[in-house]
Amino acid sequence: MNKFTLHLMAVVIAITSIARAEEIAVQGETVHTMAGEPIRNGVVLIRDGKIASVGSSNSVKIPAAARVLKAKVVTPGLIDAHTVVGFSGILNQPQDQEQLEKSAPIQPELRAIDAYNGRDPLVDYVRRFGVTTIHTGHGPGALISGQTMIVKTHPANLEQSIVNPAAMIATTLGSGAVAEKNKAPGNASKAVAMLRAEFIKTQEYVRKGATNDVDKRPARDLHLEALARVLDGKQPLLITVQRHQDILAALRLAAEFKLKVVLDGVADAPLVLSEMKKSGFPVFLHPTMYRASGETENLSLETASKLRKAGIPFALQSGFESYVPKTRVVLFEAAVAAANGLSQQEALAAITIDAARLLGIHERTGSIENGKDADLALYDGDPFEYATHCTTVIVNGVVTDTQPH
Amino acid sequence: MLRFRFALILWLAAFSFGAGVSAQETPLALTGAQLITISGETIEQGVLVVHRGKIVAVGPRGTAIPAGATVRDATGKVIMPGLVDTHSHIGSPAGGDQSAPIQPDTRVLDAIDVRDASIQKAQAGGITTANIMPGSGHLISGQTLYLKLRDGNSIDDLLITNKTGRVAGGLKMANGTNSRKDPPFPGTRAKSAALVREKFVAAQDYRDKIARAKGDVTKLPARDLALETLVEVLDGQRVVHHHTHRHDDILTVLRLQKEFGFRVVLHHVSDAWKVPDEIAAAKVPCSIILLDSPGGKIEARDVDWKSGAALEKAGVNVGFHTDDPVTDSRLFLRSAAFAVRAGMTRAGALRGLTLAGAGMLDLQDHIGSLEAGKDADFVLLSGDPLSVYSHVIETWIDGVKVFDRENEKDRLWATGGYGAGNPRAAHLCCFGTWEEAR
Repeated sequence: MNKFTLHLMAVVIAITSIARAEEIAVQGETVHTMAGEPIRNGVVLIRDGKIASVGSSNSVKIPAAARVLKAKVVTPGLIDAHTVVGFSGILNQPQDQEQLEKSAPIQPELRAIDAYNGRDPLVDYVRRFGVTTIHTGHGPGALISGQTMIVKTHPANLEQSIVNPAAMIATTLGSGAVAEKNKAPGNASKAVAMLRAEFIKTQEYVRKGATNDVDKRPARDLHLEALARVLDGKQPLLITVQRHQDILAALRLAAEFKLKVVLDGVADAPLVLSEMKKSGFPVFLHPTMYRASGETENLSLETASKLRKAGIPFALQSGFESYVPKTRVVLFEAAVAAANGLSQQEALAAITIDAARLLGIHERTGSIENGKDADLALYDGDPFEYATHCTTVIVNGVVTDTQPH
Repeated sequence: MLRFRFALILWLAAFSFGAGVSAQETPLALTGAQLITISGETIEQGVLVVHRGKIVAVGPRGTAIPAGATVRDATGKVIMPGLVDTHSHIGSPAGGDQSAPIQPDTRVLDAIDVRDASIQKAQAGGITTANIMPGSGHLISGQTLYLKLRDGNSIDDLLITNKTGRVAGGLKMANGTNSRKDPPFPGTRAKSAALVREKFVAAQDYRDKIARAKGDVTKLPARDLALETLVEVLDGQRVVHHHTHRHDDILTVLRLQKEFGFRVVLHHVSDAWKVPDEIAAAKVPCSIILLDSPGGKIEARDVDWKSGAALEKAGVNVGFHTDDPVTDSRLFLRSAAFAVRAGMTRAGALRGLTLAGAGMLDLQDHIGSLEAGKDADFVLLSGDPLSVYSHVIETWIDGVKVFDRENEKDRLWATGGYGAGNPRAAHLCCFGTWEEAR
């Protein structure tokens, strides 16, 4: 294929994309922009896949040609701060489980982009509740299971959906990291020792790689290269950790290697709030309604409100489910947080703008503001109420769903 | 008519530990709350009177309150019957082991831990009666128990016993993939059905031999605990609670039910929305589960909240279950709310949480609605039971308050937090109050 053909194809693709991203006006009795107070009788104008304008019906003129959609409540497309949807498939059979590879305990070189299945039915399923962006990838269950990615839940081609192909590196500490019998790590202490050794090795690799003498540079190592991105802060370490002592171990590790960390899960957070606050690390809190057993036996429906009061930035997630149901829906996790101490706006922020900020995608999505991606969810009532329906979903300016769900 | 063995214990408890656990030697009247009676109209600002463990009056404002009654203002609150969970695994129950696929002789009765935190959490969710089941990894995994979730010291304190002394409970059966394993378990669906039929034929034979013996000890077959249980099933005394997901598996249950004439409740019924008319024609009730998402196993791929509406429309009696720990007992009300989201009527969904479930356990004459003469099992809610923002404030069983959100320990079970997984402490005489021991 020559250069000209490639260019031509690019132009054709661009034209089709624009044609599909029609001009849309969304009228909402309440529009939660998440960039200020909710707007009563608001209008969101969408052009070329972006938000062209937002304001009250008095201030935004609806073009005659625009497709008009109406809803009681409009929110930004929801963001699931951490999931395994698209990796841990609906059937839960070996052939559709891509979130965990157990041949070695530390595999940061496993890229999410090489395994994501954007057509798994669960991607559609969560989108129909208004979830337009997911941070997904390798899951908990190994010391370092691999990388994560951020992707839109748009059913179109993968390249158009990807927001960040290499977002974080997924780590697990505590009993969740423990390998099978007689394999390392066999306990929490060994897990930390192995990570420390690995980061020291990476420091060495980086140091040697920086030399001017090409012959003295070490051979390229995908494994250490990935960890080097953690050491220089390009990819945060996403540490799934539940018990208080393991949370402190994570903070100790982060301090030693000056890591940029996101604390994930943290069922015991209320026991170590001040230490967590001091670290400055944000939190992807366990699903509000996560099952309380084993490492998570102390989790509480009220932890989100405790994080809020402590001033610790957090977002909500659907997490990983090993059995039935195969995934949670982050909308309902926020709803239950709103019924247990968070205000409605705080709970909504935890699955929109706050999640966007913590994922570093707030320039593109997470709120309804001019110039941002047109990711919207429309509801026929309070989005958190069980009996409300999500009536329309828009991803990148494309109406993906119109059946009330 | 069933009578509850716990009455005496309650009386003793009241005697020993004071008014805190009294089942109203003095009548208690709750006034001003919305009363969702289930069996009749919802009453705004009604009056509910309970006395000696029973409901004695339900009516509108102005309903006569007995002289000397304690009157509590519950204005702004909602009262509904205690929730009935038709399928739960709280209290870490167990039935059959891995030695055989058919073990009707095993009893949950012999395995349950009444102090398990899961029972306290179920109270916090407003559940007052639960069918505690062994697992679904067998064709027949054992005998289930219908329990009142009282704060008991032993399993006996939670049992429901009828006048013949029989403990209320059913039989757990399953088909589909969970019970398909290496031998001696079946390898296919057809083999599963064949094994079950074979066992029921043996039970028919056993029953007939007993009948033919006409009491002659020399002619009676040797006592067989497994067949004895299946004879109770054949006689309709013991209801089959049948785990089943896929549409063809559902129809297999109906086929076996027709052949052997047992009484059955279909559980989970993931594909119910594909075969509602067939289920309706068999006049078999369904206890459905409403999950956050489909999948997690092949046969739950198509599970859908719309089953509630589809079954209701077809005329099927619909109840709900938590399958705790699959869904959380504290959030049982969500199940009904999701059914409504997908088209079920509100009245049908509320009935499904209470009276419909009671009927599936043959307890409809005692629990499941707010009616004079029924057990004083009820839930006090802060608002609409189907709203995410509502909380269970109090749960009452037989006129005894078993959960109080104002109580610090109870609240821990409701919200979770450090120590919420710990079992309920044993009550030790003379070392503290009953309240502290809880």
